[in-house]
Amino acid sequence: MSDHDHDHHDHHHHDHDHSELSETELRVRALESILTEKGYVDPASLDLLIDLYEKKIGPRNGIRVVAKAWSDPAYHARLLKNASAAIAELDYSGRQGEHMVVVENTPEQHNMVVCTLCSCYPHPVLGLPPVWYKSAPYRSRAVSDPRGVLKDFGVALPDTTKIRVWDSTAEIRYLVLPMRPKGTEGWSAEQLAELVTRDSMIGTGLPRQPGETA
Amino acid sequence: MDGAHDMGGVKGFGPVVPDPNEPVFHDEWERRAFALTIAMSRPGGWNIDMSRFARENRPPQDYLSKSYFQIWLAGLETLMIERDLVSREEIETGKVLLPPKADVTIMHPHEIAPGIRRGAPTEREPKAPAMFEVGETVRMKNIHPPTHTRLPQYVRGHLGTIELNHGCHVFADLNSLGVAENQQWLYTVRFDGPELWGKDTDPTLSISVDAWESYLERV
Repeated sequence: MSDHDHDHHDHHHHDHDHSELSETELRVRALESILTEKGYVDPASLDLLIDLYEKKIGPRNGIRVVAKAWSDPAYHARLLKNASAAIAELDYSGRQGEHMVVVENTPEQHNMVVCTLCSCYPHPVLGLPPVWYKSAPYRSRAVSDPRGVLKDFGVALPDTTKIRVWDSTAEIRYLVLPMRPKGTEGWSAEQLAELVTRDSMIGTGLPRQPGETA
Repeated sequence: MDGAHDMGGVKGFGPVVPDPNEPVFHDEWERRAFALTIAMSRPGGWNIDMSRFARENRPPQDYLSKSYFQIWLAGLETLMIERDLVSREEIETGKVLLPPKADVTIMHPHEIAPGIRRGAPTEREPKAPAMFEVGETVRMKNIHPPTHTRLPQYVRGHLGTIELNHGCHVFADLNSLGVAENQQWLYTVRFDGPELWGKDTDPTLSISVDAWESYLERV
């Protein structure tokens, strides 16, 4: 897939990209008015959908799950045993997260999640996927050169750490439980949450270390 | 289908470029295209595998030159035209030319939040016992369906190990064709890196896919 949606974001407009984008914009506007006029969609429903995915469903949900797992051993055990139920305890469930599996990073094994066929991603805990997750470079290389991909994210793991890649080819959705950073003994779930990043829950990043700023 | 969407292991796409300050949507049209696609699934009556096929079923040059939500838009147009909800001419002219299709149900505002929270679970009652056990070695079939499949090309013909049994789930390949009661046992199958990518591959690498029973054969 092209990087067009990146191009306009980078403030490097080319005439070609610009006119193509406007064409798409016009097409979507016209389509919405046709579908509304035909009575197939209620624009209020569209606004609610957008609001949900922009404001309510996002990585802060997954961050709460990870911070709780780090600070509550019983929850940690429940999360690894039945992730969907444990995540639902925090009130997160539904579309594109109906069947969750949590995979835990250890000093021996690092987990990374991809969808090589499209863009499958655990929406209730991470929101909608970022462009790079849906892009050809990530989808092509995550399964064949994950260490190279990690390097693109500035992450280097010991050569002896096993890398395990989970390709989400069905309706099971994966969340990585990163390793709790050292030097956080006695921290509350709220303090720990400050260290969890979205990418650390996909496996393309590591959590922040104590003292590292967000 | 063996299409450009099936990207695992393809070379030459270059580095991954993360954007640390990326917004959820990059433009108003992306918001609307996303929401329209979800809302239209009610009057359209299509399932997720039909919509995936509508997106991936296009020439590689088309798939690769469109942005993610441009592919969604193209897929949505296809799905609606196939079901006589709109005509190609209406989409191209931007004008309503035909009366609406009769007896369609729509997604009402009060249904949005509960519907998203409920989702669409795919687990079903088994119709037969599972054929494979955790720990068993299996070979992925070398098949090339012209229709929708979730068996990526890079694992076909290769040996893997059953690692997890997820129960019986709606089978994507048949679901995309509208076949009812299609559930099959679903497994996570793990492969060693060198089995997929050759003996010079990083030996610490393993990869898994989630595979329905009919993708697998006994060794």
